[in-house]
Amino acid sequence: MKQRPDYLAHAILILGVVLFALPVWLVFAGSTQDSNAIMRGELSLVPHLSNLSVYARVLTTQTMGSQPVWHMLLISLGMALCVAFGKIIISILSAYAVVFFRFPFRKIAFWLIFVTLMLPVEVRIIPTYAVMADFGLINTFTGLWVPLIASATATLLFRQVFTAIPDELVEAARIDGAGPLRFLWDIVLPVSGANIAALFVILFVLGWNQYLWPLLVATNQGLDTIVIGIVKMIGQETQTDWAAVMATTVFALLPPVLVVVLMQRWFVAGLTEGEK
Amino acid sequence: MDRRTVFNGRLLPAILLLPQLLLTLFFFYWPAGDAVWSSLISEDAFGQGWVFVGLDNFSELFADPLYLQSIVRTVFFCLAVSVLAMSIALGLAVFADRSIAGRGIYRTLLIWPYAIAPAMSAVLFLFVLNPRIGLLGRWLNHHGIAWDYTLNGTQAMLMVIAASAWKQVSYNFIFFLAGLQSIPRAVTEAARMDGAKGWHRFRTISFPLLAPTTFFLLVVNVVYAAFDTFGTIYALTQGGPGKDTETLVIKVFRDGVINQDIGSSSAQSVVLMAGVIAITAIQFRFMGRKTVS
Repeated sequence: MKQRPDYLAHAILILGVVLFALPVWLVFAGSTQDSNAIMRGELSLVPHLSNLSVYARVLTTQTMGSQPVWHMLLISLGMALCVAFGKIIISILSAYAVVFFRFPFRKIAFWLIFVTLMLPVEVRIIPTYAVMADFGLINTFTGLWVPLIASATATLLFRQVFTAIPDELVEAARIDGAGPLRFLWDIVLPVSGANIAALFVILFVLGWNQYLWPLLVATNQGLDTIVIGIVKMIGQETQTDWAAVMATTVFALLPPVLVVVLMQRWFVAGLTEGEK
Repeated sequence: MDRRTVFNGRLLPAILLLPQLLLTLFFFYWPAGDAVWSSLISEDAFGQGWVFVGLDNFSELFADPLYLQSIVRTVFFCLAVSVLAMSIALGLAVFADRSIAGRGIYRTLLIWPYAIAPAMSAVLFLFVLNPRIGLLGRWLNHHGIAWDYTLNGTQAMLMVIAASAWKQVSYNFIFFLAGLQSIPRAVTEAARMDGAKGWHRFRTISFPLLAPTTFFLLVVNVVYAAFDTFGTIYALTQGGPGKDTETLVIKVFRDGVINQDIGSSSAQSVVLMAGVIAITAIQFRFMGRKTVS
């Protein structure tokens, strides 16, 4: 039985796709146009493909007093990777301790971590800044990522994953004489692979997309992430090299989008399984 | 819930827990405690001394009409963003759940915006809606609609709501689609055979079965709108014009970081923490088993 194509569904979904793709296309098209023309209000949806050299230009040279894009990309990439791996590693370790050992204050330790689920960075801006200053972490690369890697969410997720590992597996490992660290490395990590991959996507995007935190702890221009850099550029509305800003925007969007699209399978499963 | 077989030892688990606990202590409990303490004292302008003032900072805060306005504005903003982002996402998810050609491609093209930073959604919206260079913003002004969100507070609010909701649709879409897919086909088929038509079937079968997902997303969206949108709002309007888009988080930042009013901003931080704890408590009260089992 051959059915008529579902025109309504296609129409609505295409509308949705366009709603998200159009602004990005506009930015790409604008990046190849003349900045003065854009300033005069002549931004259009038609790219001038002969002007793609703008990408090489912003990548290697300073525009409007900001760092060259390669430098900001490097800071963003470093921050995103450190946040993602930092969170994953310390959360695996703490969840492993809570699930596979019995020791005094185990419940308390878990609850101490768990309660922080309720305190996003944004609600403790000022006092956290004070603590950072006490540690001498203002305007350091370490300050950009270390305070962000404590994670109740990731610990909770790994606790769920580890709790589901059958007891028989642990018993077998113990009979074979495998110690706790060997068991962690040989069994627990491999069986948690899909969860780690999913979490990596979420955390990479989280790290890449930080705005308030770097704005607060790094006033040194050498530590500007690409997101910070672009917002600084658009802040000065006169004398803006719009083509350069738009090319920089494309560079800022590309890495996290690629990570999400390429790892979509793990990401979607991981996100919806753990509910958050 | 506890496992039967465990490893022995006390030193090793302590070492494994240490990094997480230390970071939590230094970057969560210490600042949170500091915020509570700073909110209860008053420091003199030169940082030389302090006096304990109890809840004075709080009563001052809640007597301040600007703060109360900011609360009302934040609540309105959160609800507008959540309703907009969730309804568009649900609409798209319903159609993406149908068995049509190219559904995998549609999904990818609707999921990728998850990767966009809140501050970057502001930048994209600027290129579309800026009154001088934006494609649509310029078009509006050409056609007799005086559009300028840098001057008009209502338009600024519309703009930050739209940019914030736009970014959140894909997250909601992922969850609604997963929710719809987890509804057993037998249920919808049975309804179909009973003669329930599309909209009626959705309203009486699918939507009620999506209730847990919807509630979970409502909480996530409200928290997103309240906190994560700092980048969107700050990049677009810095809370302006005037205070027309100044949500609570923007206000904490303006008062504490820009105007250096530590007492008031600490009290505001404590109020925000209480707010988040209340929201989280409500979430666990209603769907506790789902998140922490």
